[in-house]
Amino acid sequence: MELPGLLSFLVFFVTFAGLYGVFALGLNVQWGISGQFNLGVHAFWAVGAYTSAILTTEPGGAHLGGFGLPMIAGLAAAMILCALLAVLVGLITVNLRTDYLAIATIGIAEVVRLVLKNEAWLTNGVRGIPGIPRPFAELGGDAPALVFLAIVALALGLVYAALEILRRSPWGRVQRALREDEAAAGAAGKNVTGFRLQSFVLGAAIMGLGGGLYAHFFAFISPEAFDPLITTFVVWVMLIAGGSGNNLGAVVGAFVIWGIWSGSGFLTELLPIEFQTRAGSLRILLIGILLQIILLTRPEGLIPEETAPRRKSGGG
Amino acid sequence: MIEIAQLLVFGVVLGGIIALGAVGVSLLFGILRFAHFAHGDMMTLGAYIAFFFAATLGLPLYFAFPIAIVATIAIAVAIDQVLYRRLRRTAPVILLFSSFGMALILRSVVEMIFGPDTVVYDNAIRLPWTVAGLRIKPDHVVILAGTALLVAALHLFLRHTRTGKAMRAMADDPDLARVSGINTERVIVWTWVIGGGLAAAAGMFLALDTRLVPLMGWHILLPVFAAAILGGIGNPYGAILGGLAIGIATELSTLILPPVYKPAVAFLVIVAMLIWRPTGLFAGR
Repeated sequence: MELPGLLSFLVFFVTFAGLYGVFALGLNVQWGISGQFNLGVHAFWAVGAYTSAILTTEPGGAHLGGFGLPMIAGLAAAMILCALLAVLVGLITVNLRTDYLAIATIGIAEVVRLVLKNEAWLTNGVRGIPGIPRPFAELGGDAPALVFLAIVALALGLVYAALEILRRSPWGRVQRALREDEAAAGAAGKNVTGFRLQSFVLGAAIMGLGGGLYAHFFAFISPEAFDPLITTFVVWVMLIAGGSGNNLGAVVGAFVIWGIWSGSGFLTELLPIEFQTRAGSLRILLIGILLQIILLTRPEGLIPEETAPRRKSGGG
Repeated sequence: MIEIAQLLVFGVVLGGIIALGAVGVSLLFGILRFAHFAHGDMMTLGAYIAFFFAATLGLPLYFAFPIAIVATIAIAVAIDQVLYRRLRRTAPVILLFSSFGMALILRSVVEMIFGPDTVVYDNAIRLPWTVAGLRIKPDHVVILAGTALLVAALHLFLRHTRTGKAMRAMADDPDLARVSGINTERVIVWTWVIGGGLAAAAGMFLALDTRLVPLMGWHILLPVFAAAILGGIGNPYGAILGGLAIGIATELSTLILPPVYKPAVAFLVIVAMLIWRPTGLFAGR
């Protein structure tokens, strides 16, 4: 089955926006709900993608594994491994203040990048992992794309529903209390370290799911794909633009910013050919300026968090 | 033995470069209370401005370098006045995130103008001298002399000018400084002058030691932060020692680690410091 060009692009667009939505939700658990500043989104993205890739590809590749497991097993393992990494990271960083946490998570992401690039036995190094199976690829035409859209929509829906339940639960209230005033929540008998670690790990597991989906969507991954400034930064802009602390805002932000990002791609195609190679920089520049405008004029985002009447901007 | 001595030479050169970046990060962190994530890309910017004057306009480097320092200072102060100043009233984390965005803006501007490929200041091959069995490049002497000169100037500024003293007081305790009548906005501008100027110098020295590439500043940001944390936030002298320590540790790490993992050393130092002594080695805050 073949879709007309525009519809085919729309499917691609919505799938990718939904994927980013998963990451924005994961980040919202860490930052929006719990107030932990993670600048290493791309590290969890990469670990999730590589885990699922290694487990689901066919044997015989140049990297570790090729276990030929089904995609669902790959995704589950991606979430578990990202959660384990987050526990390890969290034990060091959980009680750091924001700036130190930001620096530490950048450092962790740097170590992950070095490992992916240099441990060829594990990841095939800079050559990357090809042939990651896409479900129902044998149907041909545009059918696999539609199936994948459904899978992403299902994942996004499940994560969103789970997070909404959690946000309204006592657990969510404790998280927000910790975010606003850690000392007071601690004095009220809440286990500060435990709760912070839980949200950090949960957010990381969701990012792992997103990373796994990403690997199956593109069928090929390499360390180059996890440029911190493109991945982490864009996810952050999505969350801030949408409204951190608000799950719906995170998803809306993902679609809006991905729309702007894709739209700017059309714009830069109008540039003279000699500037085409630098169009990527221009798009990042535009997103960067957009972020500064949001921070200056509407730091609470498109759909602000609904709860507290008294708000500290940014929730920090 | 000679191998270790050689690594020490490389380490001191790298450490001086890191130190120049770390002084700015440390002062800004102490005074404005946020980690300036665009500092690495400010180094990139300074290096490329010098490249523009040296390679495109054909000026000698000793002209291009001071021009680039002045231009970078102007840009740093402009960014602060246009953007950061307006965000200072909000939560510090907004500033931090704004500077992360600014890192991207600076890098993409550099990439748009100069392209993503590696360039050098000049292609002349200068053979290293051999001194007592050590290989020393003429560029290393330039870098070390330049670093020493700038550190000396910084010391005189911090010790003997009113603004310098006010800056140290503010980095040490902003609230106390404010109530004792220091003009904080003026000190903040001066902090960007010092931080931006030293960042430009660090970027140019880094480019002289290696090459110019748009990602150069981003990749040295982690060692710069490590040096500032090691030296104690808000303590410029600690940042200099921290920079030297990180530079030397990074180069010496090749004795026990594969060289590809050199960039991870700074991170290991940060983790160790945060667990063991988050206030820094040199009695910062």
